[in-house]
Amino acid sequence: MTFFGQTLKAGLRAAAFAVAALAAAPAVAQAPAQATGTLDAIRARGSLICGVTTGLAGFAQPDSQGVWRGFDVDYCRALAVAIFNDVSKVRYVPTTAQVRFTALQSGEVDVLFRNTTWTLTRDTSLGLDIPAINFYDGQGFMVKRSANVTSARQLDGATICVQPGTTTEQNLSDWARSARIRFTPVVIERLEDNVAAYLTGRCDAFTTDVSGLAATRSAQSQPNDHVILPDVISKEPLGPLVRHGDQRFADLVRWLHFGLITAEEYEITAANVVQASTTDTRPDVQRLLGRTSELGQMLGVDNRWMVNILRVTGNYGEIFTRNLTPLGLQRGPNALWTTPGGLQYAPPFR
Amino acid sequence: MASDTTLTPVTIPAAPIEARNAPISVVGPVAWARANLFSGPVSTAVTLALGYLIIRWAIGFIDWAFINAVWSVPNNQTQACRDARGVGACWAVVTEKHRFILFGTYPYEEHWRPALACVVFVGLYIVSAMRRFWRKELALIWIAALTTIGVLMWGGVLGMPYVAQERWGGLPITLILSTFGLAFAFPLAIMVALGRRSRMPAIKAICVLYVELIRGVPLISLLFMASVMFPLFLPEGMNIDKLLRAQIAIILFAGAYLAEVVRAGLQALPKGQYEAADALGLSYWNKTGFIILPQALRMVIPPLVNTFIGFFKDTSLVLIIGIFDLLTAGKTAIVEPAWQGFGVEVYITIGLIYFAFCFAMSKYSQSLETELNQHRRR
Amino acid sequence: MSDATVDPRFKRTAPRRPMKLSWSDERVRAIFWQVLVVGIIVAIIWWLVSNTQRNLEVRRIATGFGFLQREAGLPIAEHLIDYSPTDNYLRALIVGVLNTLKVAIVGIFLATIFGTLIGIARLSRNWLVAKIAGIYVEVIRDLPLLLQLLFWYTILQGLPGPRQAMNPIDGVFLSNRGLLLPWIQWEGAHTAALLAAVIGGVLTWMYSRLMRARQMADGQPRRVWPLGLLLVLGLPVATWALLGAPFKPDVPSLQGFNFRGGMLMSPEYFALLVGLVTYTSGFIAEIVRAGIQSVQHGQWEAAQALGLKPGVVLKQIVLPQALRVIVPPMTSQYLNITKNSSLAVAIGYQDIVSIANTTLNQTGQAIEGIAIIMAVYLSISLSISLFMNWYNSKIALVER
Repeated sequence: MTFFGQTLKAGLRAAAFAVAALAAAPAVAQAPAQATGTLDAIRARGSLICGVTTGLAGFAQPDSQGVWRGFDVDYCRALAVAIFNDVSKVRYVPTTAQVRFTALQSGEVDVLFRNTTWTLTRDTSLGLDIPAINFYDGQGFMVKRSANVTSARQLDGATICVQPGTTTEQNLSDWARSARIRFTPVVIERLEDNVAAYLTGRCDAFTTDVSGLAATRSAQSQPNDHVILPDVISKEPLGPLVRHGDQRFADLVRWLHFGLITAEEYEITAANVVQASTTDTRPDVQRLLGRTSELGQMLGVDNRWMVNILRVTGNYGEIFTRNLTPLGLQRGPNALWTTPGGLQYAPPFR
Repeated sequence: MASDTTLTPVTIPAAPIEARNAPISVVGPVAWARANLFSGPVSTAVTLALGYLIIRWAIGFIDWAFINAVWSVPNNQTQACRDARGVGACWAVVTEKHRFILFGTYPYEEHWRPALACVVFVGLYIVSAMRRFWRKELALIWIAALTTIGVLMWGGVLGMPYVAQERWGGLPITLILSTFGLAFAFPLAIMVALGRRSRMPAIKAICVLYVELIRGVPLISLLFMASVMFPLFLPEGMNIDKLLRAQIAIILFAGAYLAEVVRAGLQALPKGQYEAADALGLSYWNKTGFIILPQALRMVIPPLVNTFIGFFKDTSLVLIIGIFDLLTAGKTAIVEPAWQGFGVEVYITIGLIYFAFCFAMSKYSQSLETELNQHRRR
Repeated sequence: MSDATVDPRFKRTAPRRPMKLSWSDERVRAIFWQVLVVGIIVAIIWWLVSNTQRNLEVRRIATGFGFLQREAGLPIAEHLIDYSPTDNYLRALIVGVLNTLKVAIVGIFLATIFGTLIGIARLSRNWLVAKIAGIYVEVIRDLPLLLQLLFWYTILQGLPGPRQAMNPIDGVFLSNRGLLLPWIQWEGAHTAALLAAVIGGVLTWMYSRLMRARQMADGQPRRVWPLGLLLVLGLPVATWALLGAPFKPDVPSLQGFNFRGGMLMSPEYFALLVGLVTYTSGFIAEIVRAGIQSVQHGQWEAAQALGLKPGVVLKQIVLPQALRVIVPPMTSQYLNITKNSSLAVAIGYQDIVSIANTTLNQTGQAIEGIAIIMAVYLSISLSISLFMNWYNSKIALVER
């Protein structure tokens, strides 16, 4: 047992080297995120890094085989196709509610598709930008039908499950104060734990964005046992987040969303996009699909970017139908502006 | 028979009397039960009450876990499971999700790689546990094994596609965080333990400060620090993957606790050993490397294993910062609407995995303790 | 060896060599290494701090503790002091610290009792009892605490709802809203009575010390308990009666969604407490067992041979020796309970970590938030360490 003397120093040297190598590897791999523009950094790295939730049914969630699926995930895939014309060149980093902004600020992720509410504080004081709203939501309540509640005003004295550290928690206490309602909060970190607490009856009501409520309700074996109350107590415009100061990348993310909307408006789908790109005679469609003018190049990507994207993910309506309709979500305000009540509107591709 | 009087011859009886068995009230199962289960009225009552409870509980558990259980369902149709709610377990959730729970979001067709990495980890533990391998080659074995694991998990060579860290998940993450934590914390701990016994006041103060600061705060606060504060520490444009940040937090945490274990070994060494080494004119590093550490470390192996069991369990806290270790993967598996509400089955499965590892290690540590203490017992 | 036995000729100190500026001088080397190590550490810290400052500036993140005075807006379910979402962050954080202390102190108390019982059960002569205690210790210690907490919380949520609450005794309700007990409406007189009980306790302690000193002087044992009982029980009752003896029972009853009145122990608190107590008692049981086994059998026999009663043997002979082995590891278990209570964040009990976490999330001021968490735990840990060290030095073997 006299090897310690020799190995101690050698071991320390090896350890120091390994630590340095470990620390340097990712640092080098993802080095200059801000200095030369996000888009160039993504190209240099060879993949897009997309921040998503740690698991929210319909929006981003790994399936049994560990493949990420959902509404937000489809946006990540679309962005990867826009940049690389290769849907596999995207990496997903699951982020919790509290580390999401830090992850984006520090360059750990390039973009957050992580149902984040656009607020003034977040837009101004976090060094972040929200280029578009891809999902209009609002906070609501779900209760059991057996409780015989028809309005949120009847919740006085109730126990309400809520996730901490989000705008939801503050909205709830603001609303309770203005409506003069007393309630007992049950504040649980993870959404699925909140749902479990509600289902077992730990809480009388469960509050989160209406989309989340609908998803939860439809997942139950007897969805009719649960009622989503008509009261919507807040506006929750959800959108992607990018770092402040890189307008080029923010433009790309913004117009990616508008492209998906425009495609739905002109009924370009995954099935007919290839044909439409050669045969469609509408000037707007020809510009969108890159047959005329050079809109793609202005954004710094391939001119046929929307063709490539639509072939993979389909238009906004298709993404919605694939991921959110199975959860029982209606289009509601997320319908196109051409339908009554719809808010999704895209500026012209011109 | 110490008497030296002449012995008179004794006649031996022709037919020796058969040795009689001890009465049944002294040996045998009945006697054992009487002595150990029914030795008095109180003891009898306690035995009967506990026995009744255990049998009742066991029957209920077997009913739930085996007889009424649903073992698999056709593609995500969980109706059978929902019907069996309360009477039978839904092991179908484990059947369906076991690959996700074990390997997280790792590419499905590459799952053999993390599986092999886990096998390498277990092999490494077994080799390290055998005393015949306690030689300098062990350090090389560790380096080789950890490199193999790195190659397997990352890939990018030998025709294996590259897999980025954020896709790793499940059991390999738990094993990586705890094992790499130990491997890097150990040298750190030795330095700190030596530093804490150093005669240089500045070095001693730094080591004491480090150990007491880390031991005074919960691991969660260090993990939070790693996840939200660490990115602020680095210059702009440079960032470290969050798995590595959590790993650094665990190394710093483990280092402080291991340092105290090592220090206990250093203190337990008789002073004569230090003095004899000094008398031979050995330099500090020679004294430490050749005389002190080999003896001190050998003494602390059992507490070291116990500390390692602690880290192994504590790595589950990365759940709170959203890293897909075994526990997080298990919790995420039941997010999918079809599978919501089958938490108990998943927790039991995960619990069994943790238990298998920890129980093996704790039994090993106990046997090692008896073995190493043999020379003290006569 | 004391000084008296040393031959005066050997009482010389080694001559002080003048310090040479050479690598062979140990003192020069020591200074060199210390300067080097301190220099490296200071350089690293400086680098980190300057990076942080630049990052905070670039990302426009506010600094300082000004946010403590701002309105928190976060709802807290359990608070020992008055609190509403319109209060400021400072008050919210104080509520969090009190919640942490509430679970840690009760947890330490219960885990000690429960762990000691299990530890004694492991040494039971009843095979079944010893075996069950052994299995309990093994299983509990080999599962992560976080997993156990989640498990307990899932179980507690499975209790019936408030309308079907279990009602074992009149006024006591057990449901998935927690355990409700009848309580009294708290008034000033009750606080005064509580204070009187504390004063009574202190007086009793002083009295018993005095009596003990007298016994030391003349060997005559004196009874302490009659006066002690009077001080601890009589004094508070008298105070309470003097202040008008207010007594209004506060019995919980179901109104609307929830119970009103009574004393509530929420499922979150209960799950955390049960999880911490069962987990830690597994470790304490082992410590207690080792402590009892460390007292040699001869000690028992010798004490019995002296004709001491079993109670006296335990109190005067065995316990003092066992405690010497038990107390140091027990200290670290107490510290562990306190630190592990931070896992509350996973099951929704709003302790300091949970509240500081929400705070840092809402304000974006990560450094201040984590500094607060660390400062709180460091001061709690330090207090426990100091107290237990004091206690340890009191019971330690007095060596010649």
